This record gives sequence, C-alpha cells and structure tokens, in this order.
Amino acid sequence: MRSSGDAPVDSALAIENLDVAFRVRGRDRPVLRRLSLRIGRGESYGLVGESGSGKSTAALAAVRYLPRNGRVTGGRILVDGRDLMTLSNAKLRELRTQSVSMVYQDPGRALNPTLRIGRQMTEVFEAAAGLTCAAALERAADMLAKVRISNPARVMANYPHELSGGMQQRVIIAMALSTEPALLILDEPTTGLDATVEAKVLDLIARLRADLSTSILFISHSLPVIARMCDRVGILYAGELVEEGPASIVFDKPRHPYTVGLLRCAPRYGQRKHDGRLTTIPGFPPLPGACVDCCIFTDRCVLSTDLCRQQTPAPVDLGGRSSRCHYTELVPDMPYDDANALPVATGPMRGDRPVLRTRHLSKTYQVRGKSLHAVHDVTLDLWPGETLGLVGESGSGKSSIAKLLLGLESPDAGSSIELEGTALPARAIRRSRAQLKALQIVFQNPGSALNASHSVRRLIGRGLRQAGLRGEECEESLQAWARAVRLSGQHLQEKPRALSGGLKQRVAIARAFAGGPKIVVCDEPTSALDVSVQAAILNLLVELQADQQVSYIFISHDLRVVYYLADRIAVLYLGRLVEIGSAESVFIGPHHPYTEALLSANPSLVDGEQPVIRLEGEIPSESDLPAGCVFQTRCPRKIGHICEQQEPALIEVEHRHSIRCHIPFEELKALQLKGSATGNAPGPS
Amino acid sequence: MTGGEIVRPRSLRSERLRAAGRSATLIIGLAILIFWVTCALFGSRIAPLNPYADNLLATLAPPSFAHWFGTDQLGRDIFSRVIVGARDILTVAPLATLLGTVLGTALGLFVGYYRGVVDDVVSRVIEAVQALPLVIVALMALAAVGTSNLTVVIVIGFVFTPLIARTVRSAVLIENSLDYVAAAHLRGEGALYIMFVEILPNVLPLLLVEGTVRFGYAIFFVASLSFIGFGIQPPSADWGLAISENYSLIGSYWWTVIFDALATASLVVGVNLAADGIQGVLQA
Repeated sequence: MRSSGDAPVDSALAIENLDVAFRVRGRDRPVLRRLSLRIGRGESYGLVGESGSGKSTAALAAVRYLPRNGRVTGGRILVDGRDLMTLSNAKLRELRTQSVSMVYQDPGRALNPTLRIGRQMTEVFEAAAGLTCAAALERAADMLAKVRISNPARVMANYPHELSGGMQQRVIIAMALSTEPALLILDEPTTGLDATVEAKVLDLIARLRADLSTSILFISHSLPVIARMCDRVGILYAGELVEEGPASIVFDKPRHPYTVGLLRCAPRYGQRKHDGRLTTIPGFPPLPGACVDCCIFTDRCVLSTDLCRQQTPAPVDLGGRSSRCHYTELVPDMPYDDANALPVATGPMRGDRPVLRTRHLSKTYQVRGKSLHAVHDVTLDLWPGETLGLVGESGSGKSSIAKLLLGLESPDAGSSIELEGTALPARAIRRSRAQLKALQIVFQNPGSALNASHSVRRLIGRGLRQAGLRGEECEESLQAWARAVRLSGQHLQEKPRALSGGLKQRVAIARAFAGGPKIVVCDEPTSALDVSVQAAILNLLVELQADQQVSYIFISHDLRVVYYLADRIAVLYLGRLVEIGSAESVFIGPHHPYTEALLSANPSLVDGEQPVIRLEGEIPSESDLPAGCVFQTRCPRKIGHICEQQEPALIEVEHRHSIRCHIPFEELKALQLKGSATGNAPGPS
Repeated sequence: MTGGEIVRPRSLRSERLRAAGRSATLIIGLAILIFWVTCALFGSRIAPLNPYADNLLATLAPPSFAHWFGTDQLGRDIFSRVIVGARDILTVAPLATLLGTVLGTALGLFVGYYRGVVDDVVSRVIEAVQALPLVIVALMALAAVGTSNLTVVIVIGFVFTPLIARTVRSAVLIENSLDYVAAAHLRGEGALYIMFVEILPNVLPLLLVEGTVRFGYAIFFVASLSFIGFGIQPPSADWGLAISENYSLIGSYWWTVIFDALATASLVVGVNLAADGIQGVLQA
C-alpha cells in the first residue's frame, strides 16, 4: 500500500514548490509557500494544520479551483502526470470530471437541495461517462450500495434534507468515487458529524480505500483522524509544510517543534487535570509569508535561536521523512510544559449540600402538533467546586439542559431546580440578581456571544457594574480580570472583531466570572477553537476554578477533553441520563453500552485496546421515541424483549455510579471485559 | 474555507472609510446630493436672477443666454427657480425620513424583542398598511388635517414608520437569537437596555441603508404630493409644484417642465446611488 513515489509520473498528485497568493486590497499576500508534496498511487496522504494554515487552499489549488482573487505564483501541480498549469480550460474540465473528486466539510451545502439524490447522482454518470439515463440509474444504485447504504432505491428518491448528515456525506462520497478518480480530495469530511457517525464514515473511507486504488488527499485539523486514515502526513503551518513523513512515525517521534506542540496540546488519552497543565504553543500563528529570511515558527518556538531568525531552514532529510527545522536533533528532547502542575481544586469539595440540584428536569417542545422530548426526567446534583461533564451526541439534550439551568428556557411542570437549597424560578427574568449572578455561561461560539458593537472593556466592565462595583473599584477589578485571562491593556480597547477566536473566548470567560458566579456552564467552550488555543483555554478554566471555587457544568462532545477536566461525567442519550458517575468509573467502565460506543468512536492517536463498536442506524427522532429503552434500536448489547417493552431505571450500580440498563452490572462487566479480550486477540479465521 | 481569508485586525471604522473612498457609486451619489444641498442652503445667493421676480415682457421665453433654462408663464427665470426650488423638498423629505426612521426603529425594536401577541398584531397591521396605496392614504390624511410643510413631514413620517419597523424587526429577530442577548439576560439587564444598548448598535448599519433608501422614496413622495397640490404650497419654487403649474404647456414650452423634472430625477438618482454605495461599503 505504501509507496514513497519517487518517479513523478507515478504520482496521483505531485505538487512542486507551489506558491499561492491571494490578492487582498490590491496587494498579493502569500498563502502557500514552497509547498512540495507527492501522493503515490493508492496512497493516502494527510495534510494537517490549524485554521488559516492554508490546507483548503492547497486542496483548491490541486484542482486549479482557487477563488477569483487567488492565483498560483510559482511551482507546478501535476495530477495524474499532467501539469495543471498548462492545461486548457476544456482539458482542465475533463480532468476535474475524470481524474479528481472532492468531498467538502458540509455535506448539506454540497448537495443541491432542489434535486432528488438519484438525479444528482445520475448527472455525474451522464456528464462524465455519457451513459443513458437507465444505465446511469443502475450505476448510481451500485455506488450507493458500495458506500453501505442499505436501501439505495429509497435514498435516490429522497431530497437531501430528508437524509441525516452522515447519510448525506455517504452520498457525496459515492458521487465522488463514481468516476473512479485517480485522486480523491477529502476536505474535513467528518468535521461536522457526530463522533459515532464520524467513526462510521471513516470506517467506510478506510474500507473503500482497500477496495479501490484511489489515492487520497485527506485534509483535517484532527490529528487522531489523520493518524487513523493516512499512510503519510504533512504538517502545514502558516502556509509552509514544516514536517512530512509516514504518519505512524511522525506522530510517534515528531521532529519539528510545531508538530511536538500540536501533539502535546490535546489531552492525551486518559490524562487528567491532576496530572498537570496542558502544553500550549505560546503566541499566535503569523500571516503566511510574514518572514522572508527566517523560520516561520521562530516566534513561538522554545528552541528558537538567532540562526532561526536569520535563515530559513531547508527541509532536512531524515530518511523517508523531512522536517523544516535547524535543530531537528534537539526536538525529541523538548521540555514538557506540564511539569509545572496546575493548581487544581483538590478533588471536588463536598460541602454539606449540593450547590445545584435538579429533580425530574424535563423539557418538551411542541412542534407542529408533535411533542419533542428534548430533556426527560434528569435528576442531577452538582457539588461545590466540582466539574460535571455532560457528554452525548447532538440532539442528546446537553445544550437544552444548559438553557434550562440558566433560565433561558422554562422546563415542563413537575421539574425543579434548586440553587443552594432554594428553588430557582424557571425563567431568568423572574430570578433575583443574586441568583442570576450565581449561574453564568461560556458559550460555544464566542463570535456570537460577544456584542460586536461593544469594546472588550465594556463587555467585561458591564458585568462588574451589574455586580455593584463602581469607579476605582470597578476599574481595578476589570484590570485584575484582564490579567487573569491574559488580556493586555491594548486588548481592552478593541472590539471583538479585532480579536482571534481564542482571545474572544477569554473575554467571554472573563465576563462569565466577573460577577463572581458559583456555577459556570461551559457549553463546548473550545470546540470552535484550534487545538493549540484549546489547551490554553482549558488550562485557564482549571486555574480559575481552583482560584474562585466555582463549579463547572462542562458540555463537550470530545471525551478526552471532558475526561481531562471533569470530576464526574453524565452521559445523555435522547434527553435521558443513561449513565452518571465519577469520571474514572464512567470512562474506564464497566459502562452503559452507549458510553462504550461513544468511547469507541472517539479516534485516538494511540490505538486503544478497546474493541471497535459501531452503532447501527440513526438516532431516533425526539418526537418519535422507541418504546422501552430509548437506546434499544441501536444498542449492540440488546438482550431481548425486555429492552423493547420496558424502560430501564437509572440504578446505582456502584458507589456514586449509576447506569440505566437492563443488563445486570456484573454481566455488563463480564461482557465488556470479554469484549476487550477478543478485541485484542487475533480474530478467528 | 480555512486557508483563503487573511484577517487583518484593523478598526472597522477606518476600514469602512477606506472602502467608502473607493466606491464610485457612493462618491457620485454623494456629489449629486451635496450639490443640491448646497443649492438648498445658498440658493438665493447662487441664483443669477431673482427667482420670484416676474417679467411680463419675457413670458415663456425659450432657453437663451439671458435665461439659460428659459422663463415661465410669469417670465420668471427657470434656472434660478430650479436652484432655489431644492430648498423645500430638501427640508421636508429628510425630516419626514428621520421621523419615520426614529418611530419605525422604536416600533421594530419593540415587536422584534417582545415577539408574541404584540408582534402578531403589529405585524398584521403593518401588512395591512402596506397593502394600501400610500399616496392615497397620505392624500386623505392631508385633506383632513390641512396641508403645510409640517403636516407633510408628519404624514409621510407616519406612512414610513411601518415600512421601516418591518425591516428593523426582522434584523432584531436575528440579533435576538444570538448568544450575546442571552448573556445580557443572564446579567439581569432590563429590556430597554438590551433593546437600545445591546441590539440597536448592531442594526444601525442596516438602518443607515434603509434610511437612505427611504429618503429617496420620500423625495419622490413629496414631489408627487406637490404635483397634485397637497404638498409644498405656492409661492415656493418647488420642482413638483412647478411641474404641476406648467405641465399643460409641455407640448410647446417644454423648458417650463423638463428642467424641474430633471432636477427631481437627479436628486432621486443621487440618493439611490448613495444608498447603493453605503450598502456596498457596509457589506464589504
């Protein structure tokens, strides 16, 4: 499978010294510089980078489909041995239909909403292969079967909006593969999907690779995904390829400081906040082409010397791999940041009573005469100083619970929320100022959470004023908060627009803490951020918690992040609590079958020892819940009729660990232990 | 796309000013507008002849060196009258627009923020008003209260209010769903603070475009009302009024009508160009 691809003619894609510039306000700004890479036949090449690194530009350049203000200013691109820059428009079009296919991040936008799937698919065959309508329909059905769609005829009669995201992405992959392209470009193909769906789409791509001889350019910000899917990998930083080599080796023994930083800043599998702070990459990525005669990473690199600031490093050949660094030999011994331990709120402080408790919290929406059960009978306690992680796929009710707690939505009758023993009014408007102050939130998207018309000073300061601070006192407190979240005085004058995503999230955190809350709800606070920024935000959250003794409700779909931060974890499925317990007991198991599947779906850099568990089917609609256990339609460990007839109760199976499942705990333990045993053993022939 | 954009942090205002400087549409529109505003302010000093002095020896004279645009039935110099005629329309139309914008914004903020029953009722009323021919409505209102520059301002202002309210409402609905409004609720901010301090600044750009477009309509509206005798009253040199007084002569004495018509048209075009330009700059 692996071919280093020495002869350029035998490459599906060869990019040589590619420079791409975008014309912005009358000036050419470089976006890619001296990019060289080669993808052999049947090879899968991963391009990793953070936002703004030029990944997507590289993909667009590879099919000569740059936006109108972008152009190739140097270098060559060879697809299937043909030089793209010399092709006529007609030839280029032929090449795009025959030899290259692209799959984009958002499947919903890549499909035409007004055409049935069947029509969109046959179009490809009619245009590319000149087939008749009937023949094209047959081929389309074949392709859909290839991407493991069980009922192609039905799917072809559907409009895109009638399919789930995972299903749409399958259709797009089927369309992309239908011309049997030499090169398939996948640009963040699973980023918008839930973990369990993502896992299945990745499985599919991996299986298709084995069947077809297509080469793949896989673009992603996610290192675990690339590690799993690719033979070779290139790390892109500010428009330059800083390291390249076989994926397993690069991720195991990185030889560029940036790769090291990237690998270290995501929580490792099983890493906890008590183990120490996450490594961060200080500073911000420069604009591509920001320095001409220096190393592009020098400003953020701990190994940086005068040499790095005066001379651009050439790629150093390290035997089958290369790194653009002057000090590749020093990289393996780069110091860890996490030696300086984080001040962790030492274990949750068990006060005499929970700071927040919900009893039978439910929320039903009425949508077109149907009842939508977003949250159902959630009973939770949150203790002072602890972090409770809420985990689940989209539609599991995580964010709905957050809204109910904050009073942005009112729960159904019979629900109760208590703050330190006193009942909280349902709506925020009815709550007292003290009650409002006690419960704050950090939103997922700092862009919409900060008022674009207000300066940072005002965004943070208003909360302080509302908390009753005035004049000097207010100003001092404002400065203190700015320091606490590492914002400079200059930042205070800016409007949010001028700040990067990470800085915006710091402002949002400062705002949430400014009033002196008891509980801060963090609703996916890092999922809109790059990994290097994520680490800094997580460190900040841990520090602030230790300092302010607040409790967190931390919502995330990223289990490693939740495990790093949370003391206890609650797993939600279709608005129901299916498992709750200490982070260790939920994470290590034995756990609910759904938790097991979630854990299995999360790609990890290290190939875990868990057996692969994939959920079949789609998440049922909240308005049409299955009878019995809501998970029974997808449960890989379903035991029989009882699951279909009776909803299991949430039972405390161990000390402070409850699971909602009919399978007895001992049996679950045996099953999951056995599962991992067979997962390890070589499969029976 | 992750790689394409280059974000340069620079203040929004300076960036927009630069964009404004490059927008030909905006510059041409503003130039026309500034020209007529100058005429409105200093018309009597710019005009070569007294626009109100009749000369019965030179009635209906065609354009010549002495009278560039000719003279009207009373022998008054049309060129001077066109210049001075900008004054009333450029007083009434902007004030009417301003009144409509202020009232419409307040109404739009309220219904967009509170939604619910208030919104349902007001939105239906707005739709009903939009179904009526606005000139006729204004005509009837003016017939009832009597015509003067002030009543014209008020009537047009009220007629515009629901139109602007509708635009503002839809923008407020979008803003209302953003997290910063939720954050304001969680700080315990009052409704007025959220409406006017949190939401309003974010709909201002839209309001600027909407207001300019409405201003164009207002000019048209005032000219139409003057033409049918319910707008600006004699002895003003107003363009609509002049057209109204002379349109029966257009067959043989075209100059008595055409220059006032062109002046009105150029002002409307200028304002609309400016509106287009502003929109382009704000969206850039």
